[in-house]
Amino acid sequence: MSRIEETFGRLRSRGEKALVGFITAGDPDCTRSLEITRQMCRSGVDLLELGVPFSDPTADGPVIQRSSARAIGAGMNMKNVMEMVRRIRGFSSIPIVLFSYYNPILAYGTEKFYGDAVVAGADGTLVVDLPPEESDELTDVWGKDLDFIRLVAPTTPPERMARIASKASGFIYLVSMIGITGSSGLNSEQTAAVANDLKKNCNGLPVCIGFGISTPDDAAKVSQFADGVVVGSAFERLIESGLQDKDIAEKVGEFAARLKGEMKKEWVSG
Amino acid sequence: MKPAENNSTIASFPVQNQAVPDSRGHFGPYGGRYVAETLMPALIELESAYMSLCVEPAFQAELNLLLKDYAGRPTPLFCARRLSANAGGALIYLKREDLAHTGAHKINNTLGQALLARWMGKTKVIAETGAGQHGVATATAAALFGMECKIFMGTEDIARQAPNVQRMKLLGAQVVPVDSGTGTLKDAMNEAMRYWVGSVRDTFYVIGSVAGPHPYPAMVRDFQRVIGDEAKAQIMEAEGRMPDMLVACVGGGSNAMGLFHPFIQERSEMVGVEAAGCGISTGKHAATLGAGSVGVLHGSKSYVLQDENGQIKEAHSISAGLDYPGVGPEHSWLKDTGRVRYESVLDEEALHAFHLLSSVEGIIPALESSHAVARALVEASRMPAEKIVIVNLSGRGDKDLGIVEKLKAR
Repeated sequence: MSRIEETFGRLRSRGEKALVGFITAGDPDCTRSLEITRQMCRSGVDLLELGVPFSDPTADGPVIQRSSARAIGAGMNMKNVMEMVRRIRGFSSIPIVLFSYYNPILAYGTEKFYGDAVVAGADGTLVVDLPPEESDELTDVWGKDLDFIRLVAPTTPPERMARIASKASGFIYLVSMIGITGSSGLNSEQTAAVANDLKKNCNGLPVCIGFGISTPDDAAKVSQFADGVVVGSAFERLIESGLQDKDIAEKVGEFAARLKGEMKKEWVSG
Repeated sequence: MKPAENNSTIASFPVQNQAVPDSRGHFGPYGGRYVAETLMPALIELESAYMSLCVEPAFQAELNLLLKDYAGRPTPLFCARRLSANAGGALIYLKREDLAHTGAHKINNTLGQALLARWMGKTKVIAETGAGQHGVATATAAALFGMECKIFMGTEDIARQAPNVQRMKLLGAQVVPVDSGTGTLKDAMNEAMRYWVGSVRDTFYVIGSVAGPHPYPAMVRDFQRVIGDEAKAQIMEAEGRMPDMLVACVGGGSNAMGLFHPFIQERSEMVGVEAAGCGISTGKHAATLGAGSVGVLHGSKSYVLQDENGQIKEAHSISAGLDYPGVGPEHSWLKDTGRVRYESVLDEEALHAFHLLSSVEGIIPALESSHAVARALVEASRMPAEKIVIVNLSGRGDKDLGIVEKLKAR
């Protein structure tokens, strides 16, 4: 059983939903980024998504665009992402998903990426711009030691959801709305309807919902109809607002704790 | 329904019998669809709409009529005797895409895509633009069809191609400035894709080159091949034989693909000309095929300019339309198979050709097309007088007068 499966199993038995925290690896720099992940792990984040920065992130809004640019400027690259995973393993056994566009993986070498990610201690990969139609070239050269998380969007028809799920492992990432990351206008009723369609078509894989979830209230609402909630731009917005702060990692940790706290409250009262 | 009119050199649409791409949009190892899931259903819908409409007689007839009466096709094939004398070798013909409505070949594609959008019931179109020619051509088609139009354009390009910005606004389009990255074509395309992710249900994305995810590279090629189909018929009429060489500039590569495609099965040599900018060794260039490596950018696998970490590099060219670190996937395939030879031309060589063509033939070429002219002069000079070269004069140079004046003043 993979670490991701185990985590969802454990949370389910406790009646909890997963808080999936996304940050761009290396933002604002390698040292502080590692400290931020440490605080996130301590403060209720159940699963960590590390974004591999890319120069042309076409599925991301301005917040993650800027965070990627800062990370690249600070020298973050795939080799350093692997090193960061290794260091996180020094203090936490949290499941780690590497979240990347395809080109940095292609440039690093697809087989090398798989081998290095497994050795470093990563548990899964999500490649934003690699739909199932194109992903065989990657998964064909991979073993089974990395879960392959796949995206489903509100535009995805049900029969396509089933096809995507049949090639996925770990969990399914449901995009909450038609738009890029960090968009406003989350409509939890509409998202709930798509999530229900997906649950009928996802082979029992956990469903985590992300994009546009920016407050503890949003997280609590969405967690009612998901197995997990992904928060990304909101963490990055916080990091961006505290580029000069010495205690930025603590602030990110506090925010994570508030998100998780609100999600637990919702679960108990709901 | 009325069948397509068969006007010898005009009715060139659609294309049959294609070996590439395969059913998933691959040209050998290139092409494909590397996009976020949100866009996948839209691309699948677009592909199926295109596949059924491109063989629909009423659609063909409407497009062919527009190409003739609105865009002014066929464009002439002009025998440039004074330019040829200057090169001192082969006879150079110019395919005058600069004489098409809006001043470049871009209108062939935007009329096709806007018509497709209308048949699909979409009322809003968006596009990216570099030099502004594709933006103008999209805004033109949108005005003609009464569609709402947004054009994404880098701030650097807005500054250097001001006349085209004014034209787009006059045509009723909203020009959205993009200041991320270097504020050029790549960034405009990033932003157009982001906007499309959020508006995909009612918006049609008119991509201007043979780039992007499937079906765009094949579809844009098909809409542009009218250039080559006409040139083939025209050279047969003028010379009674196929040309020995075809020369066209390559940014994303739509004008080159349009000219080349109908000749792929012929024996004519083909030369694609990239922008060498300040020189490939300086790193300030846009020679993606000449100096790039295989990667994924803007939805397809192709050659790209990138660093060792897979970060896309900034391109540089004096010509905004060639200033792009990617290239259409079919060009990558044609490079690898050796069917097309790709060369590059420096900013200053292109400028020289710009002035030369203006002064000896009375034709002011776009800076993009000037790259093709510059290379054609070199190629022609190495060929005997009885050989024939066709150069795609993809656009006119009025939009570039500001840049050229500024450089002169330096």
